[in-house]
Amino acid sequence: MKRLLPNLLRLAALLVLIAFLVQPALFEPLLKPLVQANAPAVYNQGSLLSLTLSHLATVFAATLAATIVAVGLAILVTRPIGAEFLPLSRSLVNIGQTFPPVAVLALAVPAVGFGEKPTLIALFLYGLLPIFENAMTGLSTLPPAITEAARGTGMTAWQRLTRVELPLALPVILAGIRLSVVISLATATIGSTVAAKTLGEVIIAGLQSNNLAFVLQGGLVVAVLAVLIYDTFSALERVLSRRAGRI
Amino acid sequence: MTFRIDKLGVVIAVLLAYGAFLAPFANFRANRIVPGEARGILEALPVGLGAALVGFTVIAIVVVVLKTPTVFRLLLGLAALLALAILVGLSAGHLTPPENTYARVSPASGFWLLSFAFALVAADALARLRLSPLARVALLAAVAAAAAGLLMSGAWDGLSILKEYGSRADSFWLEAGRHVVLALGSLVAATLVGLPLGVLCHRVEALRAGVLNVLNIIQTIPSIALFGLLIAPLGWIAVHVPGAAALGIRGIGTAPAFIALFLYSLLPVVANTVVGLAGVPREANDAARGIGMTDGQRLFRVELPLAFPVILTGIRIVLVQNIGLATIAALIGGGGFGVFVFQGIGQTAMDLVLLGAVPTVALAFAAAIVLDAATELSNRKSGRAA
Amino acid sequence: MIEIDSITKRYGETAVVDSVSMTIAPHTITVIVGTSGSGKTTLMRMINRLVEPTSGTILIDGADNRSIPGYELRRRIGYAIQGHGLFPHRTVAENIATVPTLLGWEKSRIAAKVKELLSLFQLDPAAFGPRYPHELSGGQQQRVGVARALAAEPNILLMDEPFGALDPVIRAKAQDDLLAIQKHFGTTIVLVTHDMEEAFHLADRIAVMDKGRIVQYAAPEEMLVNPATDFVETLIGAGERPFRLLSIGAVAEAAEAGEAEGEPIAATSSQRDALSALLWSGREALPVVGADGARLGRVTLAGLARRAARPQ
Repeated sequence: MKRLLPNLLRLAALLVLIAFLVQPALFEPLLKPLVQANAPAVYNQGSLLSLTLSHLATVFAATLAATIVAVGLAILVTRPIGAEFLPLSRSLVNIGQTFPPVAVLALAVPAVGFGEKPTLIALFLYGLLPIFENAMTGLSTLPPAITEAARGTGMTAWQRLTRVELPLALPVILAGIRLSVVISLATATIGSTVAAKTLGEVIIAGLQSNNLAFVLQGGLVVAVLAVLIYDTFSALERVLSRRAGRI
Repeated sequence: MTFRIDKLGVVIAVLLAYGAFLAPFANFRANRIVPGEARGILEALPVGLGAALVGFTVIAIVVVVLKTPTVFRLLLGLAALLALAILVGLSAGHLTPPENTYARVSPASGFWLLSFAFALVAADALARLRLSPLARVALLAAVAAAAAGLLMSGAWDGLSILKEYGSRADSFWLEAGRHVVLALGSLVAATLVGLPLGVLCHRVEALRAGVLNVLNIIQTIPSIALFGLLIAPLGWIAVHVPGAAALGIRGIGTAPAFIALFLYSLLPVVANTVVGLAGVPREANDAARGIGMTDGQRLFRVELPLAFPVILTGIRIVLVQNIGLATIAALIGGGGFGVFVFQGIGQTAMDLVLLGAVPTVALAFAAAIVLDAATELSNRKSGRAA
Repeated sequence: MIEIDSITKRYGETAVVDSVSMTIAPHTITVIVGTSGSGKTTLMRMINRLVEPTSGTILIDGADNRSIPGYELRRRIGYAIQGHGLFPHRTVAENIATVPTLLGWEKSRIAAKVKELLSLFQLDPAAFGPRYPHELSGGQQQRVGVARALAAEPNILLMDEPFGALDPVIRAKAQDDLLAIQKHFGTTIVLVTHDMEEAFHLADRIAVMDKGRIVQYAAPEEMLVNPATDFVETLIGAGERPFRLLSIGAVAEAAEAGEAEGEPIAATSSQRDALSALLWSGREALPVVGADGARLGRVTLAGLARRAARPQ
């Protein structure tokens, strides 16, 4: 019962968000006080819905690719065959996380030019790190009694990985994906400075024309998306860890 | 004697071989905007030096593939990086026609690959050596000194990024100063506010969830949006509050950026203070009460010293994050290295982007190493496992 | 039958197990005891090849245990460890079904086996099958761990300190359960422990290990009477010898003809329990009853004292 109120709030936020994206005109009276006399209160240089969808698609594609690569690498370095790569991987993750997302984005432009590509690359590279770090932690800190039991019952290396190690590391890996998605949602807005189609367009248009309503609606849509996605992941992690007996 | 193969070495060797033989070492452009022409090592360097670099790389490939002593690998990696840094400067002089001030020479993918591969050799050796915190900071200082030496000696002056610097040296240092003020100043402010707030959240449980949730939500607002949203209220304050404008508070500029960075910094500081205080062993608190300390004495003599390493970890997160985020401030006229990044993106002048991005990365990297070392030292002092 | 022939395991220069040979008879319980670091666990783990030997061979029912891949070998050999090692993300029923699933048994056969084992371990299949391990008590988790090891009906069961994490009361119960299970299935059990009490309680034969070698491999009585070295004697505990000797034998063996008054003792109890009952109640003799309640005679203080004396 204690969860009811926050869940209702989330549901309400989701409904308001959808309503705003489908029928932004309904919200005009709310935003009107923020703008000077004749300026438009609702973003009018494109569809908010399609920008939101392409924002989400960019983040989703980058995160999916980052998840596949990061989990694959984490599996590799936690097997005996990849053990020699483990110390370096740890320090690369530490070093990599000191790179600011903007720098990654800016440095990707000379390599691939303007548009969606540098944004995808920056989100992918930056998203790798938290997922890789968490997957590595999750896979290398399993209780020894359990991995021992998995060997003892006659599982092959592949069966141990897919039936025991990955399921048990899943909550920790999901936490990494959650971090990565939230960072990517915010970083994708900066992608609009290199001509990617994301909600950053709305914010930047607002900054350029001194239109606070644009800045606010772009920012709030991203923030609400981030909070909802963050909470969904957290809830999923709780369910999984409770089942894995980790709480 | 048996030779054993180092698996990581094989990967590095592939990078080295590709970087040395297949990728261009430098890029030559007739002026700053046109596309460049790629030059391999032998073309990009004076005859003897190019051959020497190729020979050196071949030897290095053999050394990294075989299992060789870690210290030796570290020295090899560092020496190679220094050699590359000097050679890329020489290549600029070699490629640029005399008396030509429009031509630009910049390092190309081969140089970056070689540098990356040798940096991997050094990083792997460092990770295996497990240097003490002070030794790591000393190494960082040595690397910084070497870079500064190369810059001052003029060895790199022919490179395009320094030509960009040359034409805006004054504004570079102005923006560098702003960047540091933004990143460090907001950190100091966040620590001054966040520490007491964290202590309060620790003592008053009813407050904890609420404060942390609000700070969490602030973190999810994209930085450009938060910067933008602060423009209006600050503009209003500047107009309506007497004296505010005189203090430098304006709708656009440094003020909204500073406040936004401050708000982003609060969560790590407050959260880590709460976690650190919660992690203070119960026995230590009981003992402090038992010998008659007041609440205030207990906080300053027992709890905060024991929680210090965790709080320091929060400060490390904030500083590294702030150095990166401060680049965004340029979008609302707040200054900082972001000015060059976004100007460069606007003019499609990648050297200008690099002029902003490279110092930002270097600053964040140095801050991370120094604060990691400090955290490890303070951990040792409070008797926890590092 | 397990035939271990001069098996050796070295890590670098040190031999953890040093040229050990022993034969383990089928349908018996063999307990390997030793101090920590004596190599007892490594020796046992070489039987199911969780550790690969440096040299030597192990034959299981006449076949070299390296003639099939390690994972297939391990599916045929039960394995239970301290702290049970249950998979926390799987229900009790799924845990028990692990090896049968790996072996590709039919679903109905697996379900029947899970039910049978849970009932055997006094856990209601309907109530416990769908639970997750963390919802069980320590003793219940341990029983599920053994049930999982037995699920594919292995001829051999290896146990590494299986009762080490249990409190004394539950441990005694678990040990008695194990004896009953062994009778039921006729499994060959190899059990590693550092608890001498446990060894004498369970073992048909005891192997004492020290510094990677087997110091003595004998039946418990034999070991009590003729400890091979001072080390074995210390391990047994000189002061405990008469009581250990009594704890090996059942009351039935000590029963004499005659009558006695008072609360009777079961013929299956150990002679040590009988001695306790006699001393505590201050009597000279106790009546002995069989499982059906019929009087089988009596056991006397003097008779037990003779049995506790060093055999000639």
